[in-house]
Amino acid sequence: MAIQTHFDKELSDLKEILLTMASHAEAAVKNAIEALTNRDYDLAQRVREDDTVIDKFELEVDEMAIHLLAKAPLASNLRLIMVATKISQNLERVGDEASKISNRARDLAQEAPLKLTLDIPRMSNLVLQMLKGALDAFVNQDPTAARALIPRDKEVDALNKQIYRDLSNQMMQDPETITRCLNLMIVAKSLERIGDHATNVAEEVVYLCEAQDIRHTGKGSSAALQTEMEHKRAV
Amino acid sequence: MAETTLPKITVALATQPAGTPTSLIEVQDLSLSYGAAQALKSISLGIGEKVVTAFIGPSGCGKSTLLRCFNRMNDLIDNVRIQGSVKIAQQDIYSQEVDVIELRKRVGMVFQKSNPFPKSIFENVAYGLRLQGITRNSQLAAAVEESLRQAALWEEVKDRLHTSGLGLSGGQQQRLCIARAIAIKPEIILMDEPASALDPIATTRVEELILDLKKDYTIVIVTHNMQQAARISDFTAFFYLGELVEYGTTSKIFTNPAKKQTEDYVTGRFG
Amino acid sequence: MTSAGTTTHANDFTGKKGRRFRAARIDWASLLGTGATGLATLLIVAILGIILGNIFINGLPHVSWRFVSTGTATDMFDVNKAGILPMIFGTTARVILMTLFVLPMGVLTAIYLTEYARIHSPFTRIIRGAVNNLAGVPSIVFGLFGAGFFVHFIGRGMDSALQSGGAIVWGQPALIWASATLAVMTLPVVIIATEESLRAIPQGLREASLALGASKLETIIKIVLPQAVPGIMTGAILAISRAAGEVAPILFTGAAYYMRDLPSSLHDQFMDLGYHVFILSTQSPNVDKTRPLLYATVLVLLCLTFMLNIVAIFVRAKMRKKARMLH
Repeated sequence: MAIQTHFDKELSDLKEILLTMASHAEAAVKNAIEALTNRDYDLAQRVREDDTVIDKFELEVDEMAIHLLAKAPLASNLRLIMVATKISQNLERVGDEASKISNRARDLAQEAPLKLTLDIPRMSNLVLQMLKGALDAFVNQDPTAARALIPRDKEVDALNKQIYRDLSNQMMQDPETITRCLNLMIVAKSLERIGDHATNVAEEVVYLCEAQDIRHTGKGSSAALQTEMEHKRAV
Repeated sequence: MAETTLPKITVALATQPAGTPTSLIEVQDLSLSYGAAQALKSISLGIGEKVVTAFIGPSGCGKSTLLRCFNRMNDLIDNVRIQGSVKIAQQDIYSQEVDVIELRKRVGMVFQKSNPFPKSIFENVAYGLRLQGITRNSQLAAAVEESLRQAALWEEVKDRLHTSGLGLSGGQQQRLCIARAIAIKPEIILMDEPASALDPIATTRVEELILDLKKDYTIVIVTHNMQQAARISDFTAFFYLGELVEYGTTSKIFTNPAKKQTEDYVTGRFG
Repeated sequence: MTSAGTTTHANDFTGKKGRRFRAARIDWASLLGTGATGLATLLIVAILGIILGNIFINGLPHVSWRFVSTGTATDMFDVNKAGILPMIFGTTARVILMTLFVLPMGVLTAIYLTEYARIHSPFTRIIRGAVNNLAGVPSIVFGLFGAGFFVHFIGRGMDSALQSGGAIVWGQPALIWASATLAVMTLPVVIIATEESLRAIPQGLREASLALGASKLETIIKIVLPQAVPGIMTGAILAISRAAGEVAPILFTGAAYYMRDLPSSLHDQFMDLGYHVFILSTQSPNVDKTRPLLYATVLVLLCLTFMLNIVAIFVRAKMRKKARMLH
């Protein structure tokens, strides 16, 4: 009896828009980091412009979502619509963070490069991986993959802290570099935020597939989760 | 490189405002009473072509009565008095020159309780065609097949066309009635709570059917199921106690109605 | 909670585990009801059995092939010489003719009353009243009506218009007038039975037909009437059953004391089984000699009525079956 109804078609349209938005967001982050590394002013400018497109997508997804909710969907359809609005919100923020990075990149490009090795490339790679991983998990409806990347946020946080320490030391050693260091701190912060958003998307994917809300538990593994859930139910 | 164009969204969020010059059915100040009781009070609205329009409202609000005005089925009731006008394709259907029989061939109806004739499935669908004088078997067979296919019933009944229509399940019977109505290719199909007597699966099938039929027919459906109206209609009209309270795009009526009465009904705060 | 008087609750309703559900005493009311109604039924069946049995036993020996296949040339009170073919023919003919008259009239009236007439108009109420009252008129009154209206008024009228020289052809008792009188008498039965069957057809079917662009007449012919046929046949059966045995309406309108030949046209008189029974019991010179003849005639009358009913029921069953298999 699995026929594709008109409603199913509307849901796949929703998914399509979400994924298009996601590819824009991913591209924005990539481009922002590239603009930073290559000191590319024009690329940074384009990232900023592209952010309006991402914002429009968020509006589109929300409008579609409420239109679909009026039709009283149930079960996985209902969860999909809820999750779609949350993911689009997270993606929109990712776009904003990418925009922030590109703004810093623009400013940094106009000054002399800082002679300091930082873990920013490593951090940005990790964050991009997480983002891609979360979106792939959404496409493939794979909660296990989604769960697997949640602990990696800790790595991101650790890298962020390290970069802060390095930059703080640099600023204390050489006050001439304060402006540039501060800009880089903002970049690191933005990357950390992007990591958080990727984690959020992963959590939403778990909710979509398993109807389990794993937000705010601080744990990503299933075993710990299970005891957590049981504890909740017993109370 | 980032694109700046948005992908085409295939969800047709209806944007055509109601009551435009492209209205196929134009109702102007229509009032109807049975004896002393007034069922419709000064209704004015325009129904667009090749869209699905839903009439919602509590029991006794006049939605079915209005529907029946469009094919003059109210003529069958004694003591009915009508004021105002109903124009279909710019022609006043209550004027003297209009032949009711011809009108009903162009405005078909599907009823709440499915009412197939106690004839074979084939003869049920062919009934309207025979009325129009089509008697050649080849022509009838082709038309019957086409209608049953359009009504998503062909696969289920193609091997038993000459068995009784009454032997089908409730949902199938209703689809048979729809096939019967579309066999004569009306321009407008009126549906009076077509799925209210059906189970959820049969209801879904009928709803899908209506969405498919939309591209060829103008459909007006009376329903007391608001989620159904939200699912299948492009425009919705809310009636209460014989009056038209609000008429607009389905999106607006169900997400942000303009009138408080509509909001109360749609959120279930009514009695 | 249990107390001293009752034992534990039964887990099922058989009452096996305790006394709670066992009947304490016999249900006299039910028993009385069953007994009384059963007795009444038995009584009726017994009476019917006695009557039929009596007739059968006394009449059968005298029913011979000659009896039912020839007319009486000489003495019709003599059991060895009498023949009742003319009576059988006459009765059958008038019943069939009556059916041909009453069915169209009755069905059309019923259709008018159900489909066309406005329910609450005074005109409709008058018609309804007339139909109902007609059902209660005594059959002898129909006989007199038939004689006055059909035989004299219409018959004589036809004669003066069609015949020359004052010849009386239609203006006398005849098969056609007797049948017409019977038709008038059984009209209420057919009307009411048809009306019932028309009303039983759900309004939804009519609406569906009209909504497809059929006129009212087309709807009646194509949808309503075919569905109503079994009911109409029931009316016909009732009419036949009543008419086959009636004598009073045909007394002055067509029944003959004696005819040598079978009626050859509609304006001829006819002999009739019911009337013949009357003749045999009142006009016979020798009652004892005629009695076996009487029994035999009555037996044949009953058989004929029975067979006419069977034929009608058979036709109705076939129509029902056809309706079920559909066209």
